[in-house]
This record gives sequence, structure tokens and C-alpha cells, in this order.
Amino acid sequence: MKKTNKILALGMVAALTFTGCGSEDEEFTLKATNNYKAGENGEVYVYNWGEYIDERVIDVFEKDTGIKVIYNTFEENEDMYPIIATGAAKYDVVCPSDYMIQKMIDEDMLQPLNKDNIPNLKNIGSEYLKASEEFDPGNVYSVPYCWGTVGILYNTTMVDEPIDSWGVLFDEKYKNDILMIDSVRDGFMIALSYLGYDQNTTNEAELNEALELLQKQYPLVQAYVVDQVRDKMIGGEAALGVIYSGEAIYTQRENPDLEYVVPKEGSNTWIDGWVIPSNAENKENAEAWINFLCRPDVALVNFDYITYSTPNTAARELIEDADIRNSTIAFPGSDILDRCSTFKYLGEEVETLYMNLWNKKSN
Amino acid sequence: MSKNAKSPAKNPSALLATPYTIWMIGFIVIPLLMVVYYGMTAKSDGAFTFENIKLIAQPENLRALWLSILLSLISTIICLVIAYPLAMILRNMKFKSNSFIVMIFILPMWMNSLLRTIAWQNILERKGVLNAFLTFLNLPTLNIINTPAAIVLGMVYDFLPFMILPLYNTLAKIDENVINAARDLGANSRQTFMKIIFPLSLPGVISGITMVFVPSLTTFAISNILGGSKVLLIGNVIEQQFQKLNNWNSGSGLSLVLMVFVLISMALVAKYDKGGDSTSVW
Repeated sequence: MKKTNKILALGMVAALTFTGCGSEDEEFTLKATNNYKAGENGEVYVYNWGEYIDERVIDVFEKDTGIKVIYNTFEENEDMYPIIATGAAKYDVVCPSDYMIQKMIDEDMLQPLNKDNIPNLKNIGSEYLKASEEFDPGNVYSVPYCWGTVGILYNTTMVDEPIDSWGVLFDEKYKNDILMIDSVRDGFMIALSYLGYDQNTTNEAELNEALELLQKQYPLVQAYVVDQVRDKMIGGEAALGVIYSGEAIYTQRENPDLEYVVPKEGSNTWIDGWVIPSNAENKENAEAWINFLCRPDVALVNFDYITYSTPNTAARELIEDADIRNSTIAFPGSDILDRCSTFKYLGEEVETLYMNLWNKKSN
Repeated sequence: MSKNAKSPAKNPSALLATPYTIWMIGFIVIPLLMVVYYGMTAKSDGAFTFENIKLIAQPENLRALWLSILLSLISTIICLVIAYPLAMILRNMKFKSNSFIVMIFILPMWMNSLLRTIAWQNILERKGVLNAFLTFLNLPTLNIINTPAAIVLGMVYDFLPFMILPLYNTLAKIDENVINAARDLGANSRQTFMKIIFPLSLPGVISGITMVFVPSLTTFAISNILGGSKVLLIGNVIEQQFQKLNNWNSGSGLSLVLMVFVLISMALVAKYDKGGDSTSVW
């Protein structure tokens, strides 16, 4: 956001209107076959993250298959879980993250996919299916949808050294210039990785050591944020921010001074995948939905909209902009991925311990 | 408000209360009982326990509770200091324009409070509207975002109308003759205010205080947005229990503790509410 805008905003007492995200009104290339009317072939109840699909795709799906989509969104895995667990609402297809998929498999909440109904699965790169096996052995229950890494977004005009380590987040020099992530597991992942420990550790001594580090970091942190990191970094509020890779591409479009790095100590890579809950009533329609989203042209449209990396190798090849197709942010090489791993669900007791320790960081 | 109502047996129109009674049982009594049930049982086996309530004794939770009380108290006092003179001015205005001014103060409430809080974030940020303006005037910038001061500001802004309205209502109702009588009997303005106007306005003061203090005590959105999650209030702790840990039992246990504090604060305030008239919402 530019300074002149700010003053203008003040004059107009309309500060809010100036923070809206830039909208990309690109041409929509996807064409529906118009074979059916929506609802002719039943319904499918979809539960997805917010802002996690180009909604025009839904319309095309309805016309292509005749299946009416009832679409709802959630903010976090933890919001979605109780709704599926208690059966408060019956969804046919849901898009949780890796550790949550593992938890749901452990608790018998999912049903195996019929791969015969998902021929487009062939478009998904084998390396991503292999990565998914960390939480879904044999790829029985899930199909990867989006993935990414966690890293540091930094403003090149506000730092004067190469940024390649989590260490900068604990450096006095950047006092009040750090936007730390307000997420328990990600927060500890950073401290644990920096200390050289496993990000899925259940060892209390290691966790306490990580906590000590987070406590030292607390006075240096400007704010603990998740979604707000985008706008704050674009606006130049801070020099360093912890961010998900998909958001990094978006912020760079808005502010070219921003640069993203996956620190050398290693980081978290996450995969969100489509799964079918065991109480789903329209299983075949759900599989049609998953199959549709695996179509390269559909995955491409979604990638353009969400900017989170797609595991759809065929879609990646369709990306026209070579800079993005070869972007190491969107598609990090194996050198980066080898030092990253995914979260595992650690059981209720340990998850509570993480949360309690996280709340102690300000002491 | 029901203090002046006749007993239902003698009054057939009490039937009119049926919709509200159903509402109250369905959406107030039963949910409250559920909170008590969850708060008093263990998540694992549903057995009776005080563990959820004892969670408040954890140092970080105690600290969050203490901070919440402190910040809400400060906000309430600021609201009172701003609202009382304003209510007096409105009362003394002879024109019809006072309803217009009341309206101006209520107008922001037409907008979602979350939106207004996010707007404050934009104003207070380091490179926000306010600092851009200060820099433009070559004045030093103000950095209160992500501090308790910003949270207090947010609370005051969000809840000020709840202080103004009851105050204005009670003050407007004070009979001019009572004040004239005091003046006739030789009281000066200060004495009139201290002995007549202020005591008569106490019910409004009290309902204003409760209506600002209670939502301030329980808020979590304001501290998230304006405090940058650096300042943990008891509302944030409870939110985490429900949202992040999916632990309704510990969340309910902490909510019960918070309810006790709300009740205590209201009891304290009510001690000074000698008159107790219809402007009080409690």
C-alpha cells in the first residue's frame, strides 16, 4: 500500500477500502460441456478451506457431470474436525491437511477411495503420492490437492544480509521487525528445527528447550499472525515474516521487494488432500469431484487462483509463465524438500502439551 | 426489568411471556447447563471432576485472567469518563438535536464490530493511516499497535455506545424540578451534582459499567487483531481450548471461572446500586 493512498484514505475516512486484495480478473479458459443440468445426477457436499478453489470451477463441474455441488468452507483443520467427527453435518468430500488425515484414518473416520473412479489420478506426480504415504500409507484414503512449505518471507530493502536460517527470527537486530506465525505446531517446528530436533518430537526436554527459545524471541516479535502476514508484509510493516509458500507467490506479485526462503535447517512441508468421510452419502459423486479436480486444465485454473503449489504434474506443464513453472517457491527442488518433513498427529495428550507450552512463551 | 411486574398467577397477560420463556429455556438455560456439565466432567471418560476448573491455576492462565480484568477495568473507567460528561451535555441540550447526536454515537454500531476493529488495525499500524498522517506533518510516529494500549483503545471504541445509552437515558429522566428544588434550597452546582444528579444517575452508571465491563472481560477478537496475539487474554485461552484443542471440557471449565468473575464484579457493582430502577438491565 502506498503512502499517498494512506493519506488519501485518511482524508476520506475510508481506510478499509484500501486494504482489499488485488483482484486478478483473468480470462476464464475453462469451458463447460453443458451435457447436464446441475442436480440431474444428484448432489455432492463439499467441505473445503476458504479461498481454496476458483469458484467458477464449481459451475463447470455441475454442468459437466450434472452433480449439484453444495459447497462450504472452513478456516482451520481444527474447525473442520469436530463437525465431521460429531456428524453435525454430512459431507461427501473434505480437504484436510496431512496430520489431520492421519488422525481421521486412525479414528476410522474415512473410507477407502475407489481408484477406478479417479482415472485422472495419473496426473498427480509420483513424488507427491510418495510424500502422502507418510500419513496415508498406500494412498488408500486421500488424493493430494495442494502442497507447500513453510518459510521466511523477507523484505530485501529492510535486511542487509543473506537470509537462509531460522536464526534471524531470534536475532535482537530485528526486534519489532518480526512477524511470527500464530500456530502452535508451526511455531514449535521453527524452534525445534533451529535447535536441530525433530519437528514431531514428543520429548519434553527438547520441547522445553524450544520453549526457552520462543520465550527469548517473544520480546522481538511484532505480532503473532497467520493470514494477516500477507497484508502486513506487502505493506512493509515488518522485515521478516513466517509464511506458507503459496502465500509468498501472491505477496511477491503485490510487492516485488519480498523474497521467500526455506531455511537451511529444514522446515515443514504440508499436503492437503481430498478424502471421503465414512458417513458420506454420495461416495461416487465425491469421487467424480476428486477426479474432476485432478484434470490438468482444472488444476491449472485452480493453481492460478490459489497460488498454492499443485501436485498435478500435468497441470504444471501447462503453466505458460516459465518464471512460475520453474519457480523454486512454487515447486522447490529435491534439495529443499529433502530437508523438510510433514507433521504427524501426536495424540491428544502431546498436542495439549504443545498448546500449553505455546501459551507460556510470553512469560 | 421484571421487578415491577405483577406475579403471573394474577395476571393472565403473563401468557405473553411464553415465547420468551421458551427462548430463554432453549437458548440460555439449557446451554448454560451444558457448559456446567462439560466444565465439571472429564473429556476422557465423562467422570465428575474439578480438573477443568483447576486449569485456571496455571500461571499463564491466571495471568491472562488478571490482564483481562485489568484491561477491562481501565476500558470501563475510560468509557465512563468519556460518556458521563457527554450524557450530561445531551441532557442539557434544549434542542431536538440531542437525538441526532445520540444517533451519531450509535451509528458505528450499524457496522460489524469485527470490521471496525480491523479498521483500527489499519489506522494504528506502523505504516498505517495514523502514522502516515503524522509523518506527513513531520510529527513523531505513534507505535501502540500490538500493545495492551491498542486493546484498551479497541475495547473503548467498541463498547462506548453501551455506556452512553444507559447514562443518557437515566440522566434524561431526572425531573428538572428536583434539580430546581436543590438550587432553591441553596445548593451550588457542585453540590447539586454530587448530592442530586449523580446519585440519581447511579442505575445508569451501573448498567453502563456492566455492559462495558462484561464484554471487555470476555473478548478475544480485539486482543487477536489489535494485540497481534502477543497479549493473551482469558477469552483467547478459552477460544484456544475450543477451537485449537477441540477440548470442550477444559474450555467450559475456564468459562465457568470467568462467569464467576463476571458475577462477582456484578455483585460488587450492585452493592452500590441502592435505588435499582428500570434502567438497570440486571
